[in-house]
Amino acid sequence: MSLIEIRGLTHVYSQGTPFEKTAIEDLDLTIESGQTVALIGHTGSGKSTLISHLNALLKPTAGTVLLDGEDIYASKAAIRQARFRVGVVFQYPEYQLFEQTVFADIAYGPKNLKLPQPEIDRRVRQAAGFVGLGEELFAQSPLELSGGQKRRAAIAGVLAMEPELLVLDEPTAGLDPAGREDLLEKLFAWRQARSATILLVTHDMSIANRCQRLLVMADGHIVMDGTPQQVFSREEQLVSIGLDLPAAARIARLLRQRGVSLPPAIYTTQQLGDAILALWGKGDGAC
Amino acid sequence: MLKDITLGQYFPGDTPVHRLDPRTKLILTFVYIVAVFLVGSWGGYGLVIAALAAVTAVSRIRPKALLRGMKPLIFIIIFTAVLNLFFTPGEDYLFRWRFIKITYTGVDRAISMVLRVMLLVSGTFLLTYTTSPLAITDGLERLLSPLKKLHVPVYEFSLMMCIALRFIPLLIEETDRIMSAQKARGADLETGTLPERARALLPLLIPLFVSSFRRADELALAMECRCYNGGEGRTRMKQLHMAWQDGAAFLLGALLVAGILLLRRLGI
Repeated sequence: MSLIEIRGLTHVYSQGTPFEKTAIEDLDLTIESGQTVALIGHTGSGKSTLISHLNALLKPTAGTVLLDGEDIYASKAAIRQARFRVGVVFQYPEYQLFEQTVFADIAYGPKNLKLPQPEIDRRVRQAAGFVGLGEELFAQSPLELSGGQKRRAAIAGVLAMEPELLVLDEPTAGLDPAGREDLLEKLFAWRQARSATILLVTHDMSIANRCQRLLVMADGHIVMDGTPQQVFSREEQLVSIGLDLPAAARIARLLRQRGVSLPPAIYTTQQLGDAILALWGKGDGAC
Repeated sequence: MLKDITLGQYFPGDTPVHRLDPRTKLILTFVYIVAVFLVGSWGGYGLVIAALAAVTAVSRIRPKALLRGMKPLIFIIIFTAVLNLFFTPGEDYLFRWRFIKITYTGVDRAISMVLRVMLLVSGTFLLTYTTSPLAITDGLERLLSPLKKLHVPVYEFSLMMCIALRFIPLLIEETDRIMSAQKARGADLETGTLPERARALLPLLIPLFVSSFRRADELALAMECRCYNGGEGRTRMKQLHMAWQDGAAFLLGALLVAGILLLRRLGI
């Protein structure tokens, strides 16, 4: 059974005013439980609007969002349920920190869930563990943490709610490469451990190609949907909507344009290396 | 959504009223306010209403917008009317029942007070509808610049106003974002008792404060990096120029005041 099912979703901002803008139009999407999905697209393609519907922050102009087959807008209780079952980490989540201590901040979500204190404790510790925040930081003010630590504390605040679907909007923006790698690994490890579902909104193709499924959005529609292999093999279309290819795919494309015969759908450095070495080994490459 | 709140209420346009120098408009608004208080006859009110209607028509502001601006003031308007209606002393009773008395003078005064308030409000609204907040600050700064001689930091005040105006939409956006983030963590801003709801605002206000300080810090740094060191000797990108239209506007303003005084004299 699909975890999320979106049918005919349309969202129009400021309807009925001169500033009217259609952000999403008649969009259908299903997300299966346990997948890691990447959502890529230009600024203004409707990604953020889409994810704000997954936990009922925005009301659709038309269409429905089903969570486990049930309409998340059906009632106030259903909306609340959706907020707890779908965790959303927005861009630059560190700006939402507000409590006096790191512990209390991570505990904010579980507290809103009205869980008993021991359970809150357990969840906070576990979430902090997942993102690699040591217990020695628990008593500190979240505002005193370093940038990377703040980001992880904010993400832990959502993890502690133990959502079934975790949505992250550009979770690695502004982090250095090592921090980015580290955070991604932690998120993927969390998903494995909890057998949850992850939806990553990203601009970074090297992140996108590590997910099982790739959604490409443009102008309020999902224009491509498939495995990274399928999506990245449609290079020309990606380029035409102005999206980047992963570095490896770009190199492969340039090599092909110069007449080097490389196999199709190369999008990781590993594949590129293998392909070039294979040519090298045969000795008929142009390099 | 918060985004839909209009602030500053400026309706961009390119009409003779929009093109007037902001200083002219500020002075004329002031003159207009004084004029409304000078009115001493029904004819005078007629003249002011005609003038207001003319400016509204020229500036292509929909009368509806002016009325909408009065919505928050409805209470004050009603209050003024009731107060004047029932508590004006006099003997020329229109209606009398036990302790409730309404006099003709009272009716007279109630209508003229309500008219006065509405005229004052719509006049100042016309100013903000046709002049961008930045132009108003600019104009104010120039008008107040003689106060510099008295060591009033006019330039700093206008800079503060500019920055405040610039940051309002940013803060609204930021509030929206933080609200979404906290709602995503299960914050409940809509239900609960009053103290509960007040407490529920903390997760909103604290990050907002923190980010405002951060923004202020960044802005100060950016200004310093560009060698900003106060108002002395700074030139401006948009020079204010008085043109013949401004002269004409002043003339019309003077005519309005003269007309009101004349009608008052004649008692029409």
